[in-house]
Amino acid sequence: MNNDGIIWEVLNNQFCSYKVKTDLGNLCRHQYNLTGRCNRKECPLANSRYATVREWGGRIYLCLKTAERAHMPSKQWERVELPKNFAQAVATIDANMQFWPGWMINTCKQRLTKITQYLIRMRRLKLKSKHTLVPIKKKLERRERTREAKAEAAARLDQSIEKELLERLRSKAYGDQPLNVNESVWKEILEGEALAAESDATTEDELEEEEELEDAAAGFVSDESDIEDMPGPAYSSGPDEEDEDEDEEDEDGDEDDSASDSDSDSDQPAAKSKRPADAGARPKPAKRAKKHGPRVEIEYETEAAAPDAMLTNW
Amino acid sequence: MGLSDIKNKAKRGELLAKQRVEADKAKRQRRKELKKAEAANPELREARLRENVPATQENTREYDEAVVAGEDAEVAQEEEDDEFAQYFGGQAPKVLVTTTPNAGRKTVGFVKELMSVVPNLEYVKRGKKFELQQIIQFCRGREYTDLVVVSEDHGEPTHLTLVHLPEGPTAHFRLTRIKGGKEIAGHGRATAHYPELILNRFSTRLGHTVGRMFAALFPQVPEFQGRQAVTFHNQRDYIFFRRHRYVFRNSKRVDLQEIGPRFTLKLRWLQKGLYDPASGEYEWIYKADLETSRRRVFL
Repeated sequence: MNNDGIIWEVLNNQFCSYKVKTDLGNLCRHQYNLTGRCNRKECPLANSRYATVREWGGRIYLCLKTAERAHMPSKQWERVELPKNFAQAVATIDANMQFWPGWMINTCKQRLTKITQYLIRMRRLKLKSKHTLVPIKKKLERRERTREAKAEAAARLDQSIEKELLERLRSKAYGDQPLNVNESVWKEILEGEALAAESDATTEDELEEEEELEDAAAGFVSDESDIEDMPGPAYSSGPDEEDEDEDEEDEDGDEDDSASDSDSDSDQPAAKSKRPADAGARPKPAKRAKKHGPRVEIEYETEAAAPDAMLTNW
Repeated sequence: MGLSDIKNKAKRGELLAKQRVEADKAKRQRRKELKKAEAANPELREARLRENVPATQENTREYDEAVVAGEDAEVAQEEEDDEFAQYFGGQAPKVLVTTTPNAGRKTVGFVKELMSVVPNLEYVKRGKKFELQQIIQFCRGREYTDLVVVSEDHGEPTHLTLVHLPEGPTAHFRLTRIKGGKEIAGHGRATAHYPELILNRFSTRLGHTVGRMFAALFPQVPEFQGRQAVTFHNQRDYIFFRRHRYVFRNSKRVDLQEIGPRFTLKLRWLQKGLYDPASGEYEWIYKADLETSRRRVFL
């Protein structure tokens, strides 16, 4: 079947369906073409001795035309799978094309290089996350915008936040000695609570105690500033030993705080004044509350563990 | 014979005007009497208010079995050993924030606002070298508890992705209506105190997960002397973020001063486990079809 010359005559001078004519020269679209150019030497149809390198599904094969199978065009190409290792693949090409023309061996190797490189690039791109363009749906955007505005109005954010904060204060989520409340306000809340507690039925003993305490406190409730100016122990109305102990501790604290106390007292009308962060245990509110009688029932603790419960409480 | 039967237009108009005046007068009179009666007897007012409750989207909400009603033992049990159990068990949060590559000025500005909100938040500028999934693995290795990614489009921050580490979940939000602290009239200044957290109206199981996710960004024990409150308020699936300084004026009144920033989030999807766009398991995805009824909410 050695009619390569006749085939080329036809393809070149009459018609070839793989031929693409451009200004720069003729190109070939045939899958097995080694370089893509259209000429006598590189035509895969008009050469009975032809080899190329192709890739199927990430695997690279060396394809060799065999003269024995020329009568069966579908089976005329012998495929040799090339190893994944580049050096071994080159060696395989050398071994399989031992007596082939040198230019064809070289071009096969060039094609192998090219294919190997694009496979590497493909794999790398596959690993990278791809950006997808998402259409902005105008109608949806508009709908969400109006609904958002309406939801915000319905939320009444300030009111709901205020309500939540007051609820926390009242439920003692801030502990028994809250650092974020003005003392007078805290006193007011405790008083409100005590009033509520008083209205409840209490045991007789407690009632008696409370009466005594109320008597003791009655004289001092009217004027706050006096109380603050006077030394602590004189006003300690607490009858039990525990309270006295606390007072002693308080005195120590008071000496340190005395300077800052006078400052904060003068600031008090402007309730915004920040409390000094270094106040530490802050014994003051406890003492103030104690002086005012009947609500000494409260147990004072150190920093309460309440915040945890509060955080989960939505 | 009604007004419309009068053929003279001028006369008809005149009478109509008169009729309207009369009607207004009667209404005023009625209200005046009601006010008087209610002042004398406050119970009447209470009864009226009790009866006259307008129907809102909130109080006509459709039944949803995912809503957690009160104290649910089963839910509490499950939340005890979910992905956030470590945080609620006392593990200190360590949060990293980054953006999409090539973030613009506005996005970085928003990140800086976030840094003033979340204590100990660490910002790392995003390069092009690593994919988000790789970054997540790096964060896991460095024992971060959360990763926040701000995405931008046309120079504006548009989305926020929240990845809880080490085991997920991952939430993706739409980010709108951002207003920096300085843009808010009468804004206050933030202090470095740990803020306290208010999570309002997160009602369903999904809502609880999202709420716990936000909670896990902040230190467990707030510094109350700072009087700063950070609010995530969920209303009709829109999550409004606000930050305020508050002051208790008396036992019934608390005043707020906004510190900012403010923005709105809307959940787009929640993924179980770490961020995995290819094969991740989605717990919930937003679809426009879901919004067929306004009385149905998911958070």
